[in-house]
Amino acid sequence: MADWQPSALQLERQAYRRSRTRRSALIAFVSTVVVFAAVAIAVVNSPGWSRTRDSFFDLRTGWHDMPALLRALWTNVQIMLICEVIVLVLATLIAVARTLQGPVFFPLRLLAAAYTDIFRGMPLLIVLFLVGYGLPSLRISALPSSPFILCIIALSLTYTAYVAEVLRAGIQSVHPSQRAAARSLGLTHLQTVRHVVFPQAVRRVLPALLNDFVSLQKDTSLVSIVGVLEVVLRAQNFNSQDYKFVHYVFAGLIFVALTVPLTRLTDWIAARQGWNGTGGGVV
Amino acid sequence: MTQPMVLAENVHKRFGAVTVLSGIDLEVQAGEVMVIIGPSGSGKTTFLRCINHLEQVNAGRLSVDGELVGYRESNGKLYELRDSEVARKRAEIGMVFQHFNLFPHMTVLQNIVEAPVKVKKVGRPEAERIARELLSKVGLGDRADAYPSQLSGGQKQRVAIARALAMEPKLMLFDEPTSALDPELVGEVLDVMKQLARDGMTMVVVTHEIGFAREVGDKLVFMDGGVVVEAGDPREVLANPQHERTKAFLSKVL
Repeated sequence: MADWQPSALQLERQAYRRSRTRRSALIAFVSTVVVFAAVAIAVVNSPGWSRTRDSFFDLRTGWHDMPALLRALWTNVQIMLICEVIVLVLATLIAVARTLQGPVFFPLRLLAAAYTDIFRGMPLLIVLFLVGYGLPSLRISALPSSPFILCIIALSLTYTAYVAEVLRAGIQSVHPSQRAAARSLGLTHLQTVRHVVFPQAVRRVLPALLNDFVSLQKDTSLVSIVGVLEVVLRAQNFNSQDYKFVHYVFAGLIFVALTVPLTRLTDWIAARQGWNGTGGGVV
Repeated sequence: MTQPMVLAENVHKRFGAVTVLSGIDLEVQAGEVMVIIGPSGSGKTTFLRCINHLEQVNAGRLSVDGELVGYRESNGKLYELRDSEVARKRAEIGMVFQHFNLFPHMTVLQNIVEAPVKVKKVGRPEAERIARELLSKVGLGDRADAYPSQLSGGQKQRVAIARALAMEPKLMLFDEPTSALDPELVGEVLDVMKQLARDGMTMVVVTHEIGFAREVGDKLVFMDGGVVVEAGDPREVLANPQHERTKAFLSKVL
């Protein structure tokens, strides 16, 4: 291959492609500059810009209160990590329960289906109210009363339903011939699910799973409504002192910074879909 | 007369309103190779899948090595066996599929040791030793660490055969093992199967390879429309088919 020389036709093609590339780069650059400039000019010249700037973009105040926000972030991270573990375990159990065959398991399947239907449909905010205020109002001493634990219960209930459905979709996407092969070797139903179907299912739905976890990370901000002191409630406290919204802007940026690594990871895994075990090709 | 390895008596199978098998009577003696041929939709594959209870028989009796498949009989009534009991019986019957059905997330070696380790509770080092032996037997001693996606069709099918053999089955079922292969690759799989037959394995082979039937088969069965149209010595049936339907089919495939 070393002595390969491009033909005249090939040289002409390459020159043409280079000129097209230059042209598209130029167009992209100019249009980006124009759009951003237009937006900036429109915003800065709006009638309320000076008040908006003082409230939302008072970077000095925002930066000053940033450490307090970051300390509050630790609560979000704790909730997120604990929920992710609980959700993974419960969702796996529910997804597998829904694959069990035979009339004996009908109640289990029904229960699992009813659970996912209810908690996938119910807004998280309402689940948080019901669990956060409803459970304590029963005044049963055995039930947890700490808002921190109650909000973990609420988030886990909702996200287990989502993740269980994602896993179930993955399980159903594994071709029945894989099951037939495993069963023909003498594996039981549960062995087949555990060693043959589930590993393939998880590989296929990993991007969707990570997507749900990104979403869970963001939704830890909602627990402020049951009085757990986390980033958003912290920002709200600052806001009620100085009436500035810059704290929310900073809180928002913190969440973006927190989720970006996970979204990048999701994209990277999705891009690698051709790896061993997905069964599909790299088309 | 010894007990047949496979005994089918009046086996019926329906899928909803469609009758796929309407009364199959067959027997395979231990050490015999029975080849089943027939057009698509004749019920060959379904019958094979009934033998290891991947499909349930609707009527009739089907037994392997003297034991009913998937059922136990008590006071003249049949009861379906529990999942784990069916699995235990399946472990004694190897099956090879048209589309190989290797586990794509496992290496060749893992594919082969999975069942011995998980089902027969063989120690992993011992299972791997046996797996490597089987791999060199099917001519793939150097591909133990490859993934199925890195193998050709013929290599995949030879791995699938090794995987089935790792369970030391007393009966092997082949479901059109060469139908998904390039003509060039068919030979390498058939060679492995011929060797297996010479070693005395009891085999039921659904195939369109008439040459294999003639050379290796002890019995040839021609199925059509869910019944056995003709059965007998392969050379006899192929040279001198008795039924019009068999003649018509053979004239197309020979």
